[in-house]
Formats: sequence, structure tokens, C-alpha cells
Amino acid sequence: MATHFLGDTVVLTGRTMRHVTRSLDTVITTAVTPVAIMLMLVYVFGGAIGTGTVSYVDYMLPGILLITIASGISYTALRLFTDMQGGIFERFQSMPIARSSVLWAHVLTSLAANVIALAAVVGVAAGIGFRSSAGVLAWLDVAGVLLLFTLALTWVAVIPGLTAKSVDGASAFAYPLVFLPFVSSAFVPTATMPGPVRAFADNQPATSIVNTIRDLLARQPAGAGIWTALAWCAGILAVAYVFAGIAYRRRIS
Amino acid sequence: MSIPPATNRVQGPAIHVQGLEKSYKELRVLRGVNFEVARGSIFALLGSNGAGKTTVVKILSTLLKPDAGAARVNGFDVAAQGAEVRESISLTGQFAAVDGILSGRENLVLVARLRHLKDPGAIADDLLRRFSLTGAGTRRAATYSGGMRRRLDIAMSLTGNPPVIFLDEPTAGLDPEARIEVWQAVRELAEGGTTVLLTTQYLDEAEQLADRIAILHHGRIIVNGTLAELRQLLPPARIEYVEKQPSLEDIFLTVVGDAGEDDRDGGADSGSQDLKTKSSGK
Repeated sequence: MATHFLGDTVVLTGRTMRHVTRSLDTVITTAVTPVAIMLMLVYVFGGAIGTGTVSYVDYMLPGILLITIASGISYTALRLFTDMQGGIFERFQSMPIARSSVLWAHVLTSLAANVIALAAVVGVAAGIGFRSSAGVLAWLDVAGVLLLFTLALTWVAVIPGLTAKSVDGASAFAYPLVFLPFVSSAFVPTATMPGPVRAFADNQPATSIVNTIRDLLARQPAGAGIWTALAWCAGILAVAYVFAGIAYRRRIS
Repeated sequence: MSIPPATNRVQGPAIHVQGLEKSYKELRVLRGVNFEVARGSIFALLGSNGAGKTTVVKILSTLLKPDAGAARVNGFDVAAQGAEVRESISLTGQFAAVDGILSGRENLVLVARLRHLKDPGAIADDLLRRFSLTGAGTRRAATYSGGMRRRLDIAMSLTGNPPVIFLDEPTAGLDPEARIEVWQAVRELAEGGTTVLLTTQYLDEAEQLADRIAILHHGRIIVNGTLAELRQLLPPARIEYVEKQPSLEDIFLTVVGDAGEDDRDGGADSGSQDLKTKSSGK
């Protein structure tokens, strides 16, 4: 069966990608919320937030990108949940295919859909004045960090996708993830926050990821922060993957 | 009669179930189920809601592990040889498992590619023709009527001609016309040599289709036999004269068959054609 894994994954990814391209509104919705938050922060609150010499749109874009990913993966959970409900998941699992390719197809599609949404958000940001002097290599690093974060959160999304009892349950898990960047260094320097909040903000994953991306885009040395960011992503990925595996085995045995 | 090449063929019954038990927490759904299904026959598993029919089907299609007992499909053990079992079967679940966002043809091509068949496009076109879906082939399956979805669902299960097919309540929620269409499809399957295990809670469905009928009740098979054998369980028939009124189904089919030219399946679809001749021939 292992010989079929790649072929089956390609076929099934083609299927789920059609779901994305035929309902582009989901990709647009994914991008609309972060763009709206971005516009509001830049044009309404941004003037009151002191970010030193950095322009505010440059400062907050990394946080907006994390919000984009968090809202994007709720559609991953939704697509998987719909497959579970409709019986098509069971059809695939009862066919002579590499069974895990069903999940991997959803994961790869999630990566692709999020890349499209991220590109759209960066495009809008460039339109309202985002500029970066970062070179190709730094941009590749940024893309790598974002992709790894998307992969980690995608496996988080697989869990409710497999276990949810209702549509609402399948997508509600994303709300706290969308909110997480607000209590981080994404939009205001954490130094302005009261003690306990600051302690949380300084030590949660969004802060290290945001700081890393911000430094890379501003051609600052990312320092040890990048390892913290990568460790968070890898940690979330590993834990989510294990739990997704447990949820998956529970569904087919 | 020459013996077919013995590649994937295994001798013995197509399905063999022995002492199957399954509990969901406290609830004992199956309490020792035994039955066999001969090759090329239609076997109906009859039972009320919650009798455990779907559980049996899920175990046989390797989606669920039994707590005890053994089952072989096409000669392969469902526990130890899952991949071989999946190679031998197709499952048509309780809800039409079609992808609504894909067209009918794309659904069939998808299944053909996942079964690693050559020329998926030609296979899809052929199945669309067989199930009178050619005209609707390029439309999204979400726009299909219930009967069309079910036909597409069964067509997907037939892709690659697996020797054993499970149909879990294939006509639940369908209108009478669509039911007859599905029955016709199932009969054609068995004529082609496919073994069919179907579950149903409709007594007439079992009566219409099945070579053998087993009644699953409280987790056990309480009766198993041909319709004639089951009839013998009751005292012999007495002759009574009863005025034969047409059933509502007869009336419905006659009226709809005559008046329903522009049927719900839309334009090029000729699914109700044979139905019309049938009801007018009564």
C-alpha cells in the first residue's frame, strides 16, 4: 500500500484543491478579516501606538499574517468535518488506498489555501505602504516560518475536523487562535502591558514568531528568537500530530 | 464452464461471519452474529433501527474492529488482511457518499483513479451511461435529486468491479421511483456475478431483491433463509377472497409515470424510462 501513498495523496489533494478553487469565497473570507483588522489598526489605532522609527504597518504585518493562518485553518477543519459527515471519508477508508493519504490531502490543501490567503494579505499591506528591504534569503526564511506555523496549526485543525459533533464545533476552536496575536508583541510592544499580561505575552508562541518575522523583514539579526519560534512551531506540530493520530485511529477502528 | 483465472478469486463463500460481537461502551450491539453469503447472491440483512446492521457492514468493510469473532470477505480476514479486503469490496454507506462540489463524472474519475485503474475517463463515461446520468455528468453532484445521488453513489461503488458490494440501507429516504431505480441497479449487479450484501428495514425491499434474508434482532441473527423458507415458519396459507385494491404506491407510480414527462432528473436523463413501461404493463 505504501507504494500508492504518493499517487493517492496527489489524487485526493487534487480533489480538495478543487473544493478551494470552486469556493474561492472561503479564501477571500480567510483574507478579509485580517485585512479589516489591519486597516483598522493602521488607520484608527496605529497613530496612537508608539513603535519607534518603524512604520506601523511594517510593525504589525507579522501579527496580521498569524491571524490569517488562524482563520484559514478553520476552513481546513470544516472541509474535513464535511467529509466525515457526508460519508465520503468512510468511502475512502474502505477503498484500496493508502489510508493516511486522506488526511495528508487535507493538510497539503490547507497549506496551499493559506499561502494564497497570505499572499493576498501581503499584497494589500504593500498597497497601504508596507515596505521591506529584506533580501530573497530573508523572505525565504519568513516563508519557511509561516509555512511551518501553518503546518502546525493545520494538524491542530485536523483534531476538531475528525472529532467535532457539529459544524460550529469544527470551526469554533480557531477563535482563540485568532485572538492570540492580540496578547503578544504583534500590535503593541509588550513593555506597555501590565505585569502578568506581559509575562504571558512574552512567553507565548505568537510573540516569538512575530518578532522573528519582524526582524527578518527589517533585516535585523533574528538572534536566538528564531530558535524559540521554530521550537514552538515544532512543538505544536508534534503534539497536534500525535493527538490527530489518536483521533484518526479512533474513527476507523 | 471454464474455471476463471484464480488471481484474486478465493474459493468458498463470498462472506463468512462467525461469532461477531461488538459493544459501544455498555451497549452490546452485536452478541454473536453468524452468517454466510454465497458468491453472486443478494443477501439482505433485515432489522429495525439500531439492530446493528450498520455495525456489521462497518466491520466487514474494515472501518470498525469487532470485539470478538471473525469475518472473512472474499476469503480474506477483515482483521489481518484489511488491505486485501478493501481491494475486494465497495461500500455504499447509509448516506450517499458523493462529493457535491465535484461533477458526477469527476466523482467517478476520482474513484477510478483511487482504485488505480487504467483510463479513468472511459470508465466514468461508461458508468454514467449505465446509470442514465450522462446528461447530468458535468453538473455538480450537489444539484442532483436524491435518486440521482444514490445512482451516482452506487456507480462509484461499481467502479473497478469489486466482487463484493455492501449497500447499507440503499433506499432509505428515497421516493418510490428512485427506489425502483436502485432495485434495478442492484439486480443488474447480481446478474453480473457480484455478491451483494444489503441492509434494509423495508420488508418489501428484502422480499423484492434478496436470494436469502437474515433478520438481525437484538444483536443476533434470529432467522436466516430464503423467502420460501421464511414463509414456512408460519402456518400454511389459507385461501381467502380479498378485494384487491391498488396500493397507494401503484397509484402513485401510474399517475407520475404518465404525467411526469419532464421529470425531476432533468433534460437528457432517461432514468424513469423503464419505470414507465413497467407500471403501464401491470
